[in-house]
Amino acid sequence: MNKQLVIKCLKAGFIGLVLLLLYAPILLLAVYSFIGTDIIGKGGAFSFEHYEKLFGDPVILGMIGNTLLLALLAALLSTILGTVGALGMFYCKKRVKALLHGVSQIPVINAEIVTALALAITFVTVGIGKSYFTMLIGHLVICTPFVVLSVIPKLKQMDNSLYEAALDLGASPLKALLTVVLPQIIPGVISGFMLAVTLSLDDYIVTVYTRPNGFETISTYVFNATMRGNAHTAETLSSFWALTTIIFVVIVLVVVLSNLSTLRKKEAKR
Amino acid sequence: MNIALLIVTVVACALLLGGGALLVYRLKFGRMPRFSRKTLCIPYAVFLVFFVIVPMLVILVYAFTDREMGFSFGNFVKFFSDPTKLSTIAYSIVIALITTVVCLVIAFPVAYILARSKMKKKSVILMLFVLPMWINFVLRINAIRELFNWMGLLGETNYFNTVFGMVYDFLPFMILPIYTTIMKIDESLYEASRDLGANGITTFTRVTLPLSVPGIMSGVTMVFLPSMTNYVVSDMLGNSMVTIIGKFIYEYFGSDWHMGSMVALVLLIVVFVSTLLTGGFKSEENVRGANL
Repeated sequence: MNKQLVIKCLKAGFIGLVLLLLYAPILLLAVYSFIGTDIIGKGGAFSFEHYEKLFGDPVILGMIGNTLLLALLAALLSTILGTVGALGMFYCKKRVKALLHGVSQIPVINAEIVTALALAITFVTVGIGKSYFTMLIGHLVICTPFVVLSVIPKLKQMDNSLYEAALDLGASPLKALLTVVLPQIIPGVISGFMLAVTLSLDDYIVTVYTRPNGFETISTYVFNATMRGNAHTAETLSSFWALTTIIFVVIVLVVVLSNLSTLRKKEAKR
Repeated sequence: MNIALLIVTVVACALLLGGGALLVYRLKFGRMPRFSRKTLCIPYAVFLVFFVIVPMLVILVYAFTDREMGFSFGNFVKFFSDPTKLSTIAYSIVIALITTVVCLVIAFPVAYILARSKMKKKSVILMLFVLPMWINFVLRINAIRELFNWMGLLGETNYFNTVFGMVYDFLPFMILPIYTTIMKIDESLYEASRDLGANGITTFTRVTLPLSVPGIMSGVTMVFLPSMTNYVVSDMLGNSMVTIIGKFIYEYFGSDWHMGSMVALVLLIVVFVSTLLTGGFKSEENVRGANL
């Protein structure tokens, strides 16, 4: 009995230790985001000065806006492209399906930097150059395959006879797709959309290779600020503590709220 | 407004092509085509051709040409005969290997403990491991940088810092596939093993471990490749003293596209070989999309 207890404690301890390591850097920043010092480790009074700096800097606010807008646009377009594509692929002949699926996997398994370099060189060689459009295409290339991947399982689970029934009852194919097929795959579409948002928000490499001059996202801005380390950017470093904390809190809220709502749904079903 | 013009051009081209195809069909068969669900894959197929296949071909062409665009193997010869380059590649591979092994050593017990636990709320704990992934990855690495700076490690232990950052960043990629494969193991297999007289350790080595190999393989491929190429981590935590293969591509992008494409092509081949060996990427192990 005692041995089992020891093993249990060891297991819990190990899990706890790994979690502690994962959260230590984030919690450190969260604590220091409320302390009036620019150097971590130095003492200071409780203050909101980093948050004030964050919200008072138009450049930083601008790049946050850029990041969010790009992510929403990329997610929206890749969800449409990916959902329609997954639907079409699902009804194709086996060989065509396998081929499309294989090509669609390339950006998923490929190193991001290879995708980014290939796109950038192609755009410049063809003469398109780099613009918001090319950057959006870059984000679509990394997001859309994941949308396809999250829609396909739902298509496989779907009851195919419902579509046939809708046609027999006189619905046009388009109407049958929209009113019968789409509702069945919508959970996959939504999770594909969320996935696309997070992929686009997180991206550094594809953005750097395909962006227009002077365009900054959170990733590129923070990277430049920490790496160059000149006086102006060094000052903004502490506002990143506040930014990290805000993002962390938002994520925790989203996760807790979505878990609560699924719990409630489950209870309602009972 | 260059962008608007470009988008209009693209849309116009698509409409023209589609309309033209319809017209040809009409002329040939004397009626409009019936709507087929298959046709829905056309936009995505066109997208894949233009933005996935064509760029790969462009890389192929650049890799095998010199600056005058004549065919040559010169890029390969030049790169692989440079001893400093080769030693950097060796370093990069070693860093990636260490990262992968450390990830595996941490992730396997975590995945095993969670998957075999009878706790009701274990999905919540699993969620805790994935949650930091949703913070922007550069901000996450910046947080580690601040932590190391505070501990006095920044600029001192560059290789350790880099490996730590990569493990931190890629750990969920290893935990989730292993967790899913262990979860899928049929409970009756454990019972059978116990009934046949195996003790816990034998059951682990003869049942759990062999059956979790697919998860380990996909975790390894998902960690190994990024840790050879993600130079953001090595730059920010290794004080720009640690060069990995991805950094070469970055440097060549500014100077020599032919050499850059060559390095990219080599990476591409590595990816395809490892995918063939491990049987490819499975959608249910799609880490970021984990519906927890």
